[in-house]
Amino acid sequence: MSVPRFWRKQTNRYNLIGTKCETCGTYYFPPRSLCPKCRREGKIVDYKFKGTGKIVTFSVVRTASDKFDLQTPFVVAIIELDEGTRLTAPVICSDINEVYIGMRVKSTFRKISADGDSGIIVYGTKFIRE
Amino acid sequence: MVGIITYGAYIPQFRIKADEIAKVWGANGTEISNGLGVFEKSVPDMDEDSLTIAVNAARNALARRDVNPADIGAIYVGSESHPYAVKPTSVTVGEAIGATPVMTAADYEFACKAGTAGIQTCMGLVKSGMIKYGVAIGSDVAQGAPSDALEYTAAAGGAAFVIGNDDPIAEINDTCSYSTDTPDFWRREGQAYPRHGGRFSGEPAYFKHVQGAAHLMMDRMGTKPADYDYAIFHQPNAKFPRNVAAMLGFKPEQIKQGLCAPRLGNTYSGAVPVGLSSVLDVAKPGDRIFVTSYGSGSGSDAFDITVTDAILTKIDRKAAPSVETMLNDKIYLDYAQYAKHKGKIVMQK
Ligand SMILES: [Zn+2]
Repeated sequence: MSVPRFWRKQTNRYNLIGTKCETCGTYYFPPRSLCPKCRREGKIVDYKFKGTGKIVTFSVVRTASDKFDLQTPFVVAIIELDEGTRLTAPVICSDINEVYIGMRVKSTFRKISADGDSGIIVYGTKFIRE
Repeated sequence: MVGIITYGAYIPQFRIKADEIAKVWGANGTEISNGLGVFEKSVPDMDEDSLTIAVNAARNALARRDVNPADIGAIYVGSESHPYAVKPTSVTVGEAIGATPVMTAADYEFACKAGTAGIQTCMGLVKSGMIKYGVAIGSDVAQGAPSDALEYTAAAGGAAFVIGNDDPIAEINDTCSYSTDTPDFWRREGQAYPRHGGRFSGEPAYFKHVQGAAHLMMDRMGTKPADYDYAIFHQPNAKFPRNVAAMLGFKPEQIKQGLCAPRLGNTYSGAVPVGLSSVLDVAKPGDRIFVTSYGSGSGSDAFDITVTDAILTKIDRKAAPSVETMLNDKIYLDYAQYAKHKGKIVMQK
Protein backbone atom coordinates (compact mmCIF):
# COMPACT_ATOMS: atom_id res chain seq x y z
CA MET A 1 0.00 0.00 0.00
CA SER A 2 1.33 3.44 -0.83
CA VAL A 3 2.08 5.89 1.98
CA PRO A 4 -0.70 8.37 1.03
CA ARG A 5 -3.25 5.59 0.64
CA PHE A 6 -2.82 4.14 4.10
CA TRP A 7 -2.58 7.61 5.62
CA ARG A 8 -6.01 8.61 4.24
CA LYS A 9 -7.67 5.58 5.89
CA GLN A 10 -5.64 5.92 9.10
CA THR A 11 -8.35 7.31 11.39
CA ASN A 12 -10.77 4.52 10.50
CA ARG A 13 -8.13 1.86 10.91
CA TYR A 14 -6.84 3.15 14.28
CA ASN A 15 -10.17 3.79 15.92
CA LEU A 16 -12.88 1.81 14.13
CA ILE A 17 -14.64 5.01 13.19
CA GLY A 18 -17.55 4.30 10.89
CA THR A 19 -20.91 5.93 10.42
CA LYS A 20 -24.44 5.52 11.71
CA CYS A 21 -27.69 6.38 9.97
CA GLU A 22 -29.74 8.17 12.61
CA THR A 23 -32.92 7.66 10.59
CA CYS A 24 -32.94 3.85 10.60
CA GLY A 25 -30.25 3.11 13.21
CA THR A 26 -27.96 1.12 10.89
CA TYR A 27 -24.20 1.22 11.51
CA TYR A 28 -21.61 1.17 8.72
CA PHE A 29 -17.98 0.10 8.71
CA PRO A 30 -16.16 1.02 6.56
CA PRO A 31 -18.07 4.31 6.77
CA ARG A 32 -20.73 5.15 4.20
CA SER A 33 -21.81 8.66 3.46
CA LEU A 34 -25.18 7.53 2.11
CA CYS A 35 -27.59 5.10 3.78
CA PRO A 36 -28.70 2.59 1.09
CA LYS A 37 -31.93 1.94 3.01
CA CYS A 38 -33.02 5.50 3.61
CA ARG A 39 -31.39 7.21 0.62
CA ARG A 40 -32.14 10.91 0.81
CA GLU A 41 -34.00 10.61 4.13
CA GLY A 42 -30.94 9.14 5.86
CA LYS A 43 -29.00 11.23 8.37
CA ILE A 44 -25.42 9.97 8.46
CA VAL A 45 -23.16 10.79 11.45
CA ASP A 46 -19.66 9.59 12.45
CA TYR A 47 -19.69 6.76 14.96
CA LYS A 48 -16.87 5.21 17.00
CA PHE A 49 -17.49 1.50 17.47
CA LYS A 50 -17.03 0.01 20.94
CA GLY A 51 -14.75 -2.62 19.42
CA THR A 52 -16.45 -5.67 20.91
CA GLY A 53 -18.15 -8.42 18.96
CA LYS A 54 -18.00 -12.05 17.93
CA ILE A 55 -16.44 -14.19 15.21
CA VAL A 56 -18.91 -15.08 12.44
CA THR A 57 -16.43 -17.17 10.48
CA PHE A 58 -12.67 -17.32 10.02
CA SER A 59 -9.87 -18.81 8.00
CA VAL A 60 -6.31 -19.73 8.88
CA VAL A 61 -3.60 -18.19 6.71
CA ARG A 62 -0.65 -20.60 6.45
CA THR A 63 1.31 -19.02 3.62
CA ALA A 64 1.53 -15.28 3.20
CA SER A 65 3.49 -12.67 1.31
CA ASP A 66 6.96 -11.71 2.59
CA LYS A 67 5.67 -8.98 4.90
CA PHE A 68 3.44 -11.35 6.86
CA ASP A 69 5.46 -14.55 6.46
CA LEU A 70 6.94 -14.52 9.97
CA GLN A 71 3.46 -14.30 11.47
CA THR A 72 2.01 -17.44 9.86
CA PRO A 73 -0.11 -19.26 10.75
CA PHE A 74 -2.55 -16.49 11.61
CA VAL A 75 -6.29 -16.08 11.68
CA VAL A 76 -8.37 -13.66 9.63
CA ALA A 77 -12.01 -13.48 10.64
CA ILE A 78 -15.30 -11.88 9.74
CA ILE A 79 -16.33 -10.19 12.96
CA GLU A 80 -19.80 -9.00 13.80
CA LEU A 81 -19.49 -5.96 16.03
CA ASP A 82 -22.05 -5.59 18.83
CA GLU A 83 -23.58 -2.67 16.92
CA GLY A 84 -24.50 -5.10 14.13
CA THR A 85 -22.06 -4.35 11.32
CA ARG A 86 -19.46 -6.83 10.05
CA LEU A 87 -15.83 -6.38 9.13
CA THR A 88 -12.82 -8.53 8.19
CA ALA A 89 -9.83 -8.32 10.50
CA PRO A 90 -6.91 -10.36 11.87
CA VAL A 91 -7.48 -12.17 15.17
CA ILE A 92 -4.50 -12.52 17.52
CA CYS A 93 -4.08 -15.91 19.15
CA SER A 94 -1.10 -17.89 20.39
CA ASP A 95 -2.77 -21.14 19.26
CA ILE A 96 -4.95 -21.16 16.13
CA ASN A 97 -6.85 -24.18 17.52
CA GLU A 98 -8.33 -21.94 20.21
CA VAL A 99 -10.31 -19.87 17.73
CA TYR A 100 -13.95 -20.82 17.15
CA ILE A 101 -17.10 -19.44 15.51
CA GLY A 102 -19.01 -17.35 18.04
CA MET A 103 -15.89 -16.47 20.06
CA ARG A 104 -16.18 -13.09 21.78
CA VAL A 105 -13.45 -10.66 20.73
CA LYS A 106 -12.40 -7.08 21.46
CA SER A 107 -10.29 -4.67 19.43
CA THR A 108 -6.67 -3.88 20.25
CA PHE A 109 -3.95 -1.72 18.71
CA ARG A 110 -1.16 -3.58 16.89
CA LYS A 111 1.40 -3.32 14.15
CA ILE A 112 -0.10 -4.47 10.85
CA SER A 113 2.98 -4.45 8.63
CA ALA A 114 6.36 -2.83 8.10
CA ASP A 115 7.89 -1.97 4.75
CA GLY A 116 11.30 -3.61 5.20
CA ASP A 117 13.77 -2.17 7.71
CA SER A 118 13.58 1.41 6.47
CA GLY A 119 10.01 1.95 5.19
CA ILE A 120 6.84 3.04 6.91
CA ILE A 121 5.27 0.98 9.71
CA VAL A 122 1.52 0.54 9.44
CA TYR A 123 -0.49 0.33 12.66
CA GLY A 124 -4.13 -0.52 13.13
CA THR A 125 -6.83 -2.59 14.73
CA LYS A 126 -6.72 -6.32 15.33
CA PHE A 127 -8.99 -8.40 17.50
CA ILE A 128 -8.18 -10.55 20.51
CA ARG A 129 -10.24 -12.86 22.72
CA GLU A 130 -12.36 -10.77 25.13
CA MET B 1 -4.16 20.65 42.91
CA VAL B 2 -2.33 19.06 40.01
CA GLY B 3 -2.42 15.30 40.01
CA ILE B 4 -3.27 12.06 38.28
CA ILE B 5 -6.73 12.15 36.67
CA THR B 6 -6.62 8.51 35.54
CA TYR B 7 -4.05 5.84 34.75
CA GLY B 8 -3.66 2.66 32.73
CA ALA B 9 -0.97 0.04 32.20
CA TYR B 10 -0.31 -2.53 29.50
CA ILE B 11 1.80 -5.69 29.71
CA PRO B 12 2.19 -8.14 26.78
CA GLN B 13 1.02 -11.69 27.40
CA PHE B 14 4.20 -13.62 26.65
CA ARG B 15 6.84 -14.58 29.23
CA ILE B 16 10.18 -16.32 29.22
CA LYS B 17 11.77 -17.72 32.37
CA ALA B 18 15.32 -16.78 33.35
CA ASP B 19 15.99 -20.54 33.57
CA GLU B 20 15.11 -20.98 29.89
CA ILE B 21 17.53 -18.22 28.84
CA ALA B 22 20.28 -19.58 31.11
CA LYS B 23 19.94 -23.05 29.57
CA VAL B 24 20.84 -21.68 26.13
CA TRP B 25 24.03 -20.03 27.38
CA GLY B 26 25.10 -22.80 29.74
CA ALA B 27 24.57 -20.53 32.74
CA ASN B 28 23.02 -21.36 36.11
CA GLY B 29 19.45 -20.03 35.92
CA THR B 30 18.67 -20.46 39.61
CA GLU B 31 21.78 -18.55 40.59
CA ILE B 32 21.02 -15.73 38.14
CA SER B 33 17.36 -15.51 39.20
CA ASN B 34 18.28 -15.40 42.86
CA GLY B 35 20.98 -12.83 42.24
CA LEU B 36 18.74 -10.47 40.23
CA GLY B 37 15.48 -11.36 41.96
CA VAL B 38 13.92 -11.71 38.47
CA PHE B 39 12.36 -15.09 37.65
CA GLU B 40 10.62 -14.34 34.38
CA LYS B 41 10.16 -11.40 32.04
CA SER B 42 7.52 -10.22 29.60
CA VAL B 43 8.08 -10.54 25.85
CA PRO B 44 6.15 -8.55 23.23
CA ASP B 45 4.13 -10.30 20.55
CA MET B 46 5.59 -9.99 17.04
CA ASP B 47 3.18 -7.18 16.22
CA GLU B 48 3.76 -5.22 19.44
CA ASP B 49 6.27 -2.43 19.98
CA SER B 50 6.64 0.50 22.37
CA LEU B 51 4.07 2.45 20.33
CA THR B 52 1.32 -0.19 20.48
CA ILE B 53 2.01 -0.62 24.21
CA ALA B 54 1.73 3.17 24.69
CA VAL B 55 -1.60 3.27 22.79
CA ASN B 56 -3.10 0.35 24.71
CA ALA B 57 -1.96 1.81 28.06
CA ALA B 58 -3.46 5.21 27.17
CA ARG B 59 -6.73 3.55 26.11
CA ASN B 60 -6.83 1.64 29.40
CA ALA B 61 -6.44 4.98 31.23
CA LEU B 62 -9.31 6.53 29.25
CA ALA B 63 -11.50 3.44 29.78
CA ARG B 64 -11.36 4.12 33.53
CA ARG B 65 -12.52 7.73 33.34
CA ASP B 66 -14.54 9.75 30.89
CA VAL B 67 -11.98 12.33 29.74
CA ASN B 68 -12.87 14.31 26.63
CA PRO B 69 -9.94 13.60 24.24
CA ALA B 70 -10.32 17.11 22.82
CA ASP B 71 -9.29 18.46 26.25
CA ILE B 72 -5.93 16.67 26.03
CA GLY B 73 -3.45 19.41 25.16
CA ALA B 74 -0.16 17.49 25.35
CA ILE B 75 1.19 13.98 24.92
CA TYR B 76 4.69 12.88 25.89
CA VAL B 77 5.89 9.32 25.32
CA GLY B 78 9.10 8.33 27.05
CA SER B 79 10.93 5.30 25.64
CA GLU B 80 14.34 4.08 24.58
CA SER B 81 12.76 1.90 21.91
CA HIS B 82 10.66 4.31 19.86
CA PRO B 83 9.87 2.43 16.61
CA TYR B 84 11.26 5.25 14.48
CA ALA B 85 14.50 7.19 14.95
CA VAL B 86 12.69 10.12 13.31
CA LYS B 87 8.86 10.21 13.43
CA PRO B 88 7.18 10.70 16.77
CA THR B 89 5.40 7.93 18.66
CA SER B 90 3.38 10.55 20.53
CA VAL B 91 1.33 11.74 17.53
CA THR B 92 0.26 8.19 16.65
CA VAL B 93 -0.86 7.81 20.27
CA GLY B 94 -2.72 11.12 19.92
CA GLU B 95 -4.44 9.92 16.75
CA ALA B 96 -5.33 6.56 18.32
CA ILE B 97 -7.01 8.16 21.35
CA GLY B 98 -8.70 10.93 19.35
CA ALA B 99 -6.71 13.81 20.87
CA THR B 100 -5.34 15.26 17.60
CA PRO B 101 -4.95 17.85 16.11
CA VAL B 102 -5.10 20.61 18.76
CA MET B 103 -2.31 19.39 21.03
CA THR B 104 1.43 19.52 21.44
CA ALA B 105 3.44 16.31 21.43
CA ALA B 106 7.00 15.04 21.68
CA ASP B 107 8.92 11.85 22.29
CA TYR B 108 11.20 11.73 25.28
CA GLU B 109 14.37 9.78 25.84
CA PHE B 110 16.25 9.57 29.12
CA ALA B 111 17.06 5.87 29.41
CA CYS B 112 14.58 4.45 31.95
CA LYS B 113 13.23 7.72 33.35
CA ALA B 114 11.73 9.33 30.23
CA GLY B 115 8.21 8.43 31.38
CA THR B 116 8.49 10.27 34.69
CA ALA B 117 10.08 13.24 32.87
CA GLY B 118 6.84 13.33 30.83
CA ILE B 119 4.78 13.49 34.04
CA GLN B 120 6.85 16.50 35.19
CA THR B 121 6.39 18.26 31.84
CA CYS B 122 2.62 17.72 31.96
CA MET B 123 2.53 19.01 35.56
CA GLY B 124 4.24 22.22 34.45
CA LEU B 125 1.86 22.76 31.54
CA VAL B 126 -1.20 22.07 33.71
CA LYS B 127 -0.01 24.25 36.61
CA SER B 128 0.77 27.15 34.28
CA GLY B 129 -2.70 26.90 32.79
CA MET B 130 -1.41 26.18 29.28
CA ILE B 131 -3.37 22.92 28.97
CA LYS B 132 -6.29 21.22 30.71
CA TYR B 133 -4.99 17.66 30.50
CA GLY B 134 -1.65 16.18 29.52
CA VAL B 135 -0.85 12.51 28.91
CA ALA B 136 2.51 11.13 30.05
CA ILE B 137 3.49 7.62 29.02
CA GLY B 138 6.49 5.44 29.76
CA SER B 139 6.71 2.46 27.39
CA ASP B 140 9.47 0.16 26.20
CA VAL B 141 10.27 -3.08 24.44
CA ALA B 142 13.68 -3.31 26.04
CA GLN B 143 16.62 -4.79 24.18
CA GLY B 144 19.36 -6.90 25.67
CA ALA B 145 22.03 -8.54 23.52
CA PRO B 146 21.92 -12.36 23.45
CA SER B 147 23.85 -13.83 26.42
CA ASP B 148 24.41 -10.37 27.94
CA ALA B 149 23.31 -9.98 31.58
CA LEU B 150 20.57 -7.63 30.34
CA GLU B 151 18.92 -10.45 28.39
CA TYR B 152 17.58 -11.90 31.66
CA THR B 153 15.69 -8.72 32.50
CA ALA B 154 15.00 -6.64 29.34
CA ALA B 155 11.18 -6.74 29.15
CA ALA B 156 8.17 -5.04 27.57
CA GLY B 157 5.41 -2.94 29.11
CA GLY B 158 4.24 0.55 29.88
CA ALA B 159 1.76 2.80 31.60
CA ALA B 160 -0.02 6.08 30.90
CA PHE B 161 -1.11 8.88 33.22
CA VAL B 162 -3.53 11.67 32.46
CA ILE B 163 -2.34 14.73 34.40
CA GLY B 164 -4.73 17.57 35.26
CA ASN B 165 -6.23 19.81 37.94
CA ASP B 166 -9.86 18.73 38.25
CA ASP B 167 -10.64 16.06 40.85
CA PRO B 168 -7.41 14.08 40.57
CA ILE B 169 -7.47 10.55 41.99
CA ALA B 170 -4.05 11.30 43.41
CA GLU B 171 -2.53 14.72 44.07
CA ILE B 172 1.13 15.18 43.22
CA ASN B 173 2.31 17.24 46.20
CA ASP B 174 5.74 17.92 44.75
CA THR B 175 8.41 16.61 42.39
CA CYS B 176 12.16 17.12 42.16
CA SER B 177 15.08 15.65 40.23
CA TYR B 178 18.76 14.83 40.65
CA SER B 179 20.81 14.64 37.43
CA THR B 180 24.49 14.34 36.47
CA ASP B 181 26.57 13.20 33.48
CA THR B 182 27.37 9.58 34.33
CA PRO B 183 28.34 7.01 31.65
CA ASP B 184 26.82 3.85 33.18
CA PHE B 185 24.72 2.66 30.20
CA TRP B 186 24.36 3.83 26.62
CA ARG B 187 23.32 2.94 23.10
CA ARG B 188 24.81 4.75 20.11
CA GLU B 189 22.62 5.75 17.15
CA GLY B 190 22.03 2.79 14.80
CA GLN B 191 23.10 0.15 17.31
CA ALA B 192 20.60 -2.61 18.11
CA TYR B 193 21.72 -3.28 21.68
CA PRO B 194 22.83 -1.03 24.52
CA ARG B 195 26.14 -1.34 26.34
CA HIS B 196 26.77 -0.84 29.99
CA GLY B 197 29.60 -0.17 32.39
CA GLY B 198 29.11 -3.45 34.30
CA ARG B 199 29.67 -2.87 38.02
CA PHE B 200 29.79 0.86 37.35
CA SER B 201 25.98 0.81 36.96
CA GLY B 202 25.42 0.34 40.71
CA GLU B 203 27.08 2.65 43.23
CA PRO B 204 27.92 5.88 41.34
CA ALA B 205 24.90 5.58 39.08
CA TYR B 206 21.65 4.00 40.36
CA PHE B 207 22.25 4.29 44.10
CA LYS B 208 23.72 7.80 44.06
CA HIS B 209 20.93 9.30 41.94
CA VAL B 210 17.97 7.48 43.47
CA GLN B 211 19.16 8.38 46.96
CA GLY B 212 19.98 11.92 45.85
CA ALA B 213 16.47 12.56 44.53
CA ALA B 214 14.79 10.69 47.40
CA HIS B 215 16.62 12.67 50.10
CA LEU B 216 15.94 15.92 48.26
CA MET B 217 12.22 15.07 48.13
CA MET B 218 11.93 14.14 51.81
CA ASP B 219 13.94 17.24 52.84
CA ARG B 220 11.59 19.46 50.84
CA MET B 221 8.45 17.82 52.22
CA GLY B 222 9.79 17.43 55.78
CA THR B 223 8.91 13.74 55.67
CA LYS B 224 10.55 10.45 56.61
CA PRO B 225 10.09 6.98 55.05
CA ALA B 226 7.54 5.94 57.71
CA ASP B 227 5.18 8.70 56.49
CA TYR B 228 4.50 6.79 53.24
CA ASP B 229 2.18 3.84 52.69
CA TYR B 230 3.86 2.82 49.43
CA ALA B 231 7.20 3.44 47.75
CA ILE B 232 8.16 2.71 44.15
CA PHE B 233 11.77 2.75 42.95
CA HIS B 234 13.16 2.09 39.50
CA GLN B 235 13.57 -1.66 39.13
CA PRO B 236 16.20 -2.80 36.60
CA ASN B 237 16.04 -6.00 38.69
CA ALA B 238 14.53 -6.69 42.10
CA LYS B 239 17.82 -6.39 43.99
CA PHE B 240 18.55 -2.69 43.35
CA PRO B 241 15.16 -1.32 44.51
CA ARG B 242 15.19 -3.59 47.58
CA ASN B 243 18.68 -2.39 48.51
CA VAL B 244 18.03 1.29 47.91
CA ALA B 245 14.77 1.10 49.87
CA ALA B 246 16.64 -0.42 52.83
CA MET B 247 19.42 2.20 52.59
CA LEU B 248 16.81 4.97 52.68
CA GLY B 249 14.91 3.38 55.58
CA PHE B 250 11.84 2.02 53.76
CA LYS B 251 10.48 -1.37 54.83
CA PRO B 252 9.89 -4.33 52.44
CA GLU B 253 6.08 -4.01 52.97
CA GLN B 254 6.17 -0.47 51.58
CA ILE B 255 7.76 -1.49 48.27
CA LYS B 256 6.07 -4.86 47.72
CA GLN B 257 2.99 -3.70 45.76
CA GLY B 258 5.01 -1.50 43.39
CA LEU B 259 7.80 -4.03 42.82
CA CYS B 260 6.78 -5.85 39.63
CA ALA B 261 10.31 -6.77 38.44
CA PRO B 262 10.38 -10.35 39.84
CA ARG B 263 7.53 -11.37 37.50
CA LEU B 264 7.90 -8.72 34.81
CA GLY B 265 11.59 -7.94 34.35
CA ASN B 266 12.82 -4.44 33.57
CA THR B 267 10.44 -2.51 31.33
CA TYR B 268 12.88 0.44 31.26
CA SER B 269 10.77 3.62 30.78
CA GLY B 270 7.73 1.53 31.72
CA ALA B 271 9.16 0.27 35.03
CA VAL B 272 8.21 2.99 37.51
CA PRO B 273 4.97 3.83 35.62
CA VAL B 274 3.84 0.17 35.81
CA GLY B 275 4.87 0.00 39.50
CA LEU B 276 2.87 3.16 40.25
CA SER B 277 -0.13 1.74 38.35
CA SER B 278 0.07 -1.40 40.46
CA VAL B 279 -0.08 0.74 43.62
CA LEU B 280 -2.99 2.85 42.27
CA ASP B 281 -4.83 -0.44 41.57
CA VAL B 282 -5.16 -1.02 45.33
CA ALA B 283 -4.58 2.39 46.97
CA LYS B 284 -7.16 3.93 49.32
CA PRO B 285 -7.99 7.61 49.86
CA GLY B 286 -5.35 9.22 52.07
CA ASP B 287 -2.58 6.80 51.12
CA ARG B 288 0.74 8.54 50.57
CA ILE B 289 3.01 7.27 47.80
CA PHE B 290 6.73 7.90 47.34
CA VAL B 291 8.13 7.47 43.82
CA THR B 292 11.71 7.67 42.54
CA SER B 293 12.64 6.75 38.99
CA TYR B 294 16.12 6.32 37.55
CA GLY B 295 17.48 6.80 34.07
CA SER B 296 21.03 5.94 33.10
CA GLY B 297 23.21 8.72 32.01
CA SER B 298 22.03 9.66 34.78
CA GLY B 299 19.08 11.12 36.62
CA SER B 300 16.27 10.44 39.06
CA ASP B 301 12.83 12.04 39.37
CA ALA B 302 11.08 11.87 42.75
CA PHE B 303 7.38 12.41 43.44
CA ASP B 304 5.35 12.77 46.63
CA ILE B 305 1.75 11.72 45.99
CA THR B 306 -1.43 11.60 48.09
CA VAL B 307 -4.41 9.49 46.98
CA THR B 308 -7.77 11.31 47.16
CA ASP B 309 -11.42 10.27 47.62
CA ALA B 310 -11.82 10.60 43.85
CA ILE B 311 -10.13 7.22 43.43
CA LEU B 312 -13.38 5.69 44.74
CA THR B 313 -15.89 8.01 43.10
CA LYS B 314 -14.44 9.47 39.88
CA ILE B 315 -12.92 6.45 38.18
CA ASP B 316 -13.95 2.87 37.53
CA ARG B 317 -10.77 0.96 38.29
CA LYS B 318 -12.37 -2.27 37.02
CA ALA B 319 -12.93 -0.79 33.54
CA ALA B 320 -9.35 -1.78 32.60
CA PRO B 321 -7.23 -4.74 33.73
CA SER B 322 -5.13 -4.33 36.87
CA VAL B 323 -1.36 -4.89 36.76
CA GLU B 324 -1.86 -8.02 38.86
CA THR B 325 -4.38 -9.38 36.32
CA MET B 326 -1.98 -8.73 33.43
CA LEU B 327 0.97 -10.28 35.31
CA ASN B 328 -1.09 -13.45 35.82
CA ASP B 329 -2.42 -13.63 32.26
CA LYS B 330 0.61 -15.20 30.60
CA ILE B 331 1.86 -17.64 27.98
CA TYR B 332 5.38 -19.06 28.32
CA LEU B 333 7.75 -19.15 25.35
CA ASP B 334 10.82 -21.32 24.89
CA TYR B 335 14.04 -19.67 23.72
CA ALA B 336 13.49 -20.50 20.05
CA GLN B 337 10.02 -18.91 20.03
CA TYR B 338 11.43 -15.98 21.99
CA ALA B 339 14.21 -15.47 19.45
CA LYS B 340 11.62 -15.39 16.65
CA HIS B 341 9.46 -12.93 18.60
CA LYS B 342 12.35 -10.58 19.23
CA GLY B 343 13.64 -10.79 15.64
CA LYS B 344 16.90 -12.37 16.77
CA ILE B 345 16.83 -14.97 13.99
CA VAL B 346 18.69 -13.89 10.86
CA MET B 347 16.38 -14.38 7.86
CA GLN B 348 17.16 -14.51 4.16
CA LYS B 349 16.10 -11.22 2.61
ZN1 LIG C 1 -30.80 4.64 7.17
